[in-house]
Amino acid sequence: MTETIAVKADRLYKAFGRRPHEMVRKLTGGASRDEVASLGTAAVIDASFEVRRGEIFVVMGLSGSGKSTLIRMLNGLLDATSGTVTVAGQSITGIPARQLRDVRRNNVSMVFQHFALLPHRTVIDNVAYGLEVQGVARSERLKRASTIIRLVGLDGWADSLPSELSGGMQQRVGLGRALAADTDVLLMDEAFSALDPLIRREMQEQLNELQAELGKTIIFITHDLNEAMFLGDRIAVMRDGRIVQIGTPEEILTDPANDYVAQFVQDVDRARVLTAASVMEPVRSVVTITAGPRAALRTMRDLQTSATFVLNRDRSFAGVVRDRDVLRQVKAGDTDLRAIVRGDATSVSPDTPLVDLVEASVGSDLAIAVVDEKNRLLGVIPRVTLLAALGNVSTGTGELPVIEPPATISVKVITETLRDTALEGAGL
Amino acid sequence: MNDFRLPLGTIVEGFIDYITESFGFLFDFIRAVFKGAFEVVDVLLVSPPFWVIIVVAAALAYFTRGWKFTLGTVVGLLVILGVDQWENAMDTLALVLVASILAIVFSVPLGILAAKSKVASSIIKPILDFMQTMPAFVYLIPALILFRVGVVPGIVATIIFAMAPGVRLTELGIRGVDQEVVEAGQAFGASPWRILRQIQLPLAMPTIMAGINQVIMLSLSMVVISGMVGAGGLGAEVVASLNRIDVALGFEAGLAVVILAIYLDRLTAALGTGGTPLGRALGSLRRRPGAPITAPEALPEPAPERSAAPVPA
Repeated sequence: MTETIAVKADRLYKAFGRRPHEMVRKLTGGASRDEVASLGTAAVIDASFEVRRGEIFVVMGLSGSGKSTLIRMLNGLLDATSGTVTVAGQSITGIPARQLRDVRRNNVSMVFQHFALLPHRTVIDNVAYGLEVQGVARSERLKRASTIIRLVGLDGWADSLPSELSGGMQQRVGLGRALAADTDVLLMDEAFSALDPLIRREMQEQLNELQAELGKTIIFITHDLNEAMFLGDRIAVMRDGRIVQIGTPEEILTDPANDYVAQFVQDVDRARVLTAASVMEPVRSVVTITAGPRAALRTMRDLQTSATFVLNRDRSFAGVVRDRDVLRQVKAGDTDLRAIVRGDATSVSPDTPLVDLVEASVGSDLAIAVVDEKNRLLGVIPRVTLLAALGNVSTGTGELPVIEPPATISVKVITETLRDTALEGAGL
Repeated sequence: MNDFRLPLGTIVEGFIDYITESFGFLFDFIRAVFKGAFEVVDVLLVSPPFWVIIVVAAALAYFTRGWKFTLGTVVGLLVILGVDQWENAMDTLALVLVASILAIVFSVPLGILAAKSKVASSIIKPILDFMQTMPAFVYLIPALILFRVGVVPGIVATIIFAMAPGVRLTELGIRGVDQEVVEAGQAFGASPWRILRQIQLPLAMPTIMAGINQVIMLSLSMVVISGMVGAGGLGAEVVASLNRIDVALGFEAGLAVVILAIYLDRLTAALGTGGTPLGRALGSLRRRPGAPITAPEALPEPAPERSAAPVPA
């Protein structure tokens, strides 16, 4: 067992009915879910996956796809009919109830769809519930619960009853209760589905922030694809009890495993899921700063564009130069590009969602530069590419690469200028 | 067909004869315990002067419902005193208290068992149906044989008759607790006992209290019937008035029963709903006064003077 795997499910089956084991035998023998329907319901069929430490693993599917059953097998609320679940290196399948309770206390906590708070207890006592079950002394658990209450933004509500809180705040209590238990693994069962859309978005963002801070292993169940795409490091798509695809949001979006997944992702808000890195194109129009204005002008002429990206000697991104400036410099016989490099090109990191690129793209005719954390130019996103990605259509320019902005000075002028200045240079 | 007859009655009679002979010592023991319990409670109610009892009853009334109920209680008890049924009423009250406490002690755990196990539930349910629908007088016959004349057969018959709603409503209450909240307890590793104690029983309490209220009401109605087997109290007066066709005595004793019934019903019902001054007082101890009922959805402004303060136990 490697340390990087927090939760592992291996060939999990769950069947409800009079003879679940017979159903599983038939299913493993290749029978379909409908063929065993007379015996009962096959809720989960042959589910295998590994959840890595510190990632958000989203299980997505419509209602009845078996995702809630699946998550309940991960902490033993439901026994698997067949297959094994491993949590923190320990198999929890078929272990005695007392041992299972220890695993739940120390390794896995859970957030519920309808919050499942204890209505007769105050917010702080709810948050401290996991610690109370763990046997932590009252003063200590209240101290730790207060910290968590602040973390989830419920300052000042510690002594209120859950019924005095709005839905979003109640779920913060639910989240706080799970965080206070201080387990590595967090199971979240449709945790935000009962909230209205604005609050849901706010909670998703807060979860992402908390996750960046705490680095828990989160298994998140949802039927909302946008939510899955927004939160998930990886997504497992379930249908009729089976996992049909596991992959990163972008893999699911750009390379769906089958028609079902493809249909599913049709409506997704691509602007929030796709990142700069997934749509960027190779940089063609580029010169190093030491190459000089003549090389820059030649590049622009060859690519029929009016601007080119400029790199420093260490390959880091310096900015752009415009054709008119270069032309003037060439005519003047100046050889230092540095004087005319403009800093007005937008540069973004590779994991910026496309939605954040739209404004920059509208505001400038330049392609957007994608740079890594060392400021090295990885690729560019011309406006056409951005539009094509958002609309889920191919750029379809065939042989010709898209290079923006288009040329503003005719090839003839450039060629003549280059020739004239070259002669002058030779004459000197 | 004429000469065919199911000998059910004979069989039951033989069974009662058998256990009377074989387990007589056991029934003597139960008799002694029940009788002792009744006498202790009876002495507590009868020996102090009437006004002490009235003050205690009025105080309970005030703290559960308020001054209107208090006034009604005082007037009602004074009426009982005025028609010269005070001592009988106290005897009956003692009988009801002992019988219903015992009925609750038996029925709540049975209800919990029925809620936890489907098998137990399917066994208990028909027995409860039997106990509830069998005419109440019928219990008196074997009770009389097993425990002899006096208060004990009355108490036993009352317990059997009054238990059913206690069991049923306890089961209903626990089964009605939001499954997700129970799951939350399980998911955090709570033991079944802790879940019962901290989640299921508190959340089922209003329903259980409704059951307890029903147990007390049924006890009171049965206690009158058990006047027929010499249980004494108001029941004996009612039976006597029936024998003598004494309308005056019958009405006075009957009215005393009604007053007791209304008092006990309102008292226990108020405990069940929790919407009482007593309940509110307990509730406000748990949280600070002035906490707003509705909350803004955005993050609340930090309120250090409240969040930093220690939490009351």
